[in-house]
Amino acid sequence: MRYIKRSLVQLFGYKVPRPTKDQLSPAVREIYEGKVGKLSKADVEAVRHEHRGTFFNKWQKRRWATLIIVNLLFVASFYFDVQLVEGSLTGARVIGFHFADLNSALQVALAYKHIVLNLVIGMVTVFLMWMLLGGRTFCSWVCPYHLLSEWAEYLHLWLAKKKIVKNHTFSRKVRSVFYIIFALLALLTGYTVFETISPTGILSRALIYGPGIALVWVGLLLLIEVFYSRRAWCRYVCPIGVTYGMVGLFSPVRVKYNAEACHHEGDCRKVCLVPHVLDLTIRGGAEDVNQDVAADCTRCGMCVDVCPTDSLTYEVKGLSKMLK
Amino acid sequence: MSDRKSVGKRQKQPLTPKRKAQSRREFLRASALTVGVVGVSLMGFIPVMQGKTLHLRPPGALKTPDDEQEFFASCIKCGQCVQVCPVEAIKLADLHEGFGIGIPYIDAREQACDFSCDGLQCVLACPTGALTHELDYPADTRMGFARLARPKACLAMQGKGFKGQARGADYKGLLRYEEVDRWTPIPVSEHPYDVEICDLCVRQCPIEIRITQCETAAASDDRQQQVARVAQQVGNECPPKHAITLEPVDLGDGIERMKPIVQDGCVGCGVCEMICPVESAAIVVDLDKNADTLGG
Repeated sequence: MRYIKRSLVQLFGYKVPRPTKDQLSPAVREIYEGKVGKLSKADVEAVRHEHRGTFFNKWQKRRWATLIIVNLLFVASFYFDVQLVEGSLTGARVIGFHFADLNSALQVALAYKHIVLNLVIGMVTVFLMWMLLGGRTFCSWVCPYHLLSEWAEYLHLWLAKKKIVKNHTFSRKVRSVFYIIFALLALLTGYTVFETISPTGILSRALIYGPGIALVWVGLLLLIEVFYSRRAWCRYVCPIGVTYGMVGLFSPVRVKYNAEACHHEGDCRKVCLVPHVLDLTIRGGAEDVNQDVAADCTRCGMCVDVCPTDSLTYEVKGLSKMLK
Repeated sequence: MSDRKSVGKRQKQPLTPKRKAQSRREFLRASALTVGVVGVSLMGFIPVMQGKTLHLRPPGALKTPDDEQEFFASCIKCGQCVQVCPVEAIKLADLHEGFGIGIPYIDAREQACDFSCDGLQCVLACPTGALTHELDYPADTRMGFARLARPKACLAMQGKGFKGQARGADYKGLLRYEEVDRWTPIPVSEHPYDVEICDLCVRQCPIEIRITQCETAAASDDRQQQVARVAQQVGNECPPKHAITLEPVDLGDGIERMKPIVQDGCVGCGVCEMICPVESAAIVVDLDKNADTLGG
């Protein structure tokens, strides 16, 4: 319940209040108190260095490979006419079974005001799939815009380091406003307004059916992300992220935080697409020794890769217990 | 800092002036972002209002001749209809069509729907019912309605025949010629014609082809084939009405002229427009009417 509440608060752009001293479990309080002044900067640097030699980018590699393979499956399926994964990311048939992107299906349902059985089947299938796989896992492991945006982010960070560009942040609440606006627009105008500008749909169709001028819009978004605001689309606009975030509320696949060895140096928050979900890694931020990162997390594994102390790890709730 | 201690609880810290200014800037930027993004997305309305998005749509599209809103609303823009079409007649619209982005359309002159899939595969593939499943056979389709737009250009009207490739050697369009290959459509350029009076629009009309097949089967001596045909007729697989016929016209100059007459059974698939050897086509498909709205 606490997990769901915390997740919802973050999904809609609010800050989860830091736990008061009374809310901290005795075990975690002891850990926090025991840490004062224990590690010097040089120590952190040493651990970081050692870590980088071993595990750096393991999950990123796997994720990029998955994302590219999934999207290529769509392309190859049409190109060679093998009918494995027909359609595109908004709606597909996987070996004959209906799959419907939840956000696109929602837009259609609101605009059309009817819903046919095949679409219900597609939605339920996709809901169950992402519920098992983590919800916003869709964003970082499948969405083609995420990958381009990730590359744009490297460029942005490089330019920012050279002091050529500056990151401009927005109020995160604006994403919930967009969510409501696009739902209302679909309902009131009778058109799937968001689909017109959704880079996910545009890119998926461009890959499968050939490029078009819609890619200019995607390019514009990337330019904004490079020169003005880091990862702006995913962080502040995209309703697809909110939809799958809500699916992720019920997902057993999460990133788990363990406060014991954490240096609170914040490397994880620096690489994170949604750094607010990692507020619990700030000293005094976690209520217990082990706490799960909330559902707005895309399960991309950047923090798992970068954490020098392995304080952040993937877990599958229930399954991990069974394995023990 | 003294402030914080007097309050005693962390979450009630007052914002520093710097944080206040920052959150004010964040709010203003967010407002600008909202106006910008929503504004851009609503620009999708412009081509729709201008009527620039009206197109020939795949069979079963949820539309009336002058209103495609329901079709736009129900389509999930996935392109599964594109993938199943054997003649690759269906394309997806681009961003310049605004809300029409990702919605399937057909450019009949380039490649019309010749129903060579037989089973209306695009309708079956559609996951949202934007191509309605209430359709069973090609003859049930209401895509548009053909019209002899340039009678003077029509070869039959001039009393002329046609010999050669209907659309030239470079034309990429496909049609299924059952006498050549029952299952696979072939390029029109590989199937030259030689007719004394041009009848390509009638000859290639998918509805007319089916009517002829049904009549041949019904007249056949083969008892089994007859039974099969009757069964199909009950299901309306045999089109109940003619779509286009060629009839003689006399302009009083002694030339034997023929005129293609579009009949009630026309579904507007666009094959006549595609195959018409005249440049530009003498016969075209109108979108503003269909067999059900004739006269209305």
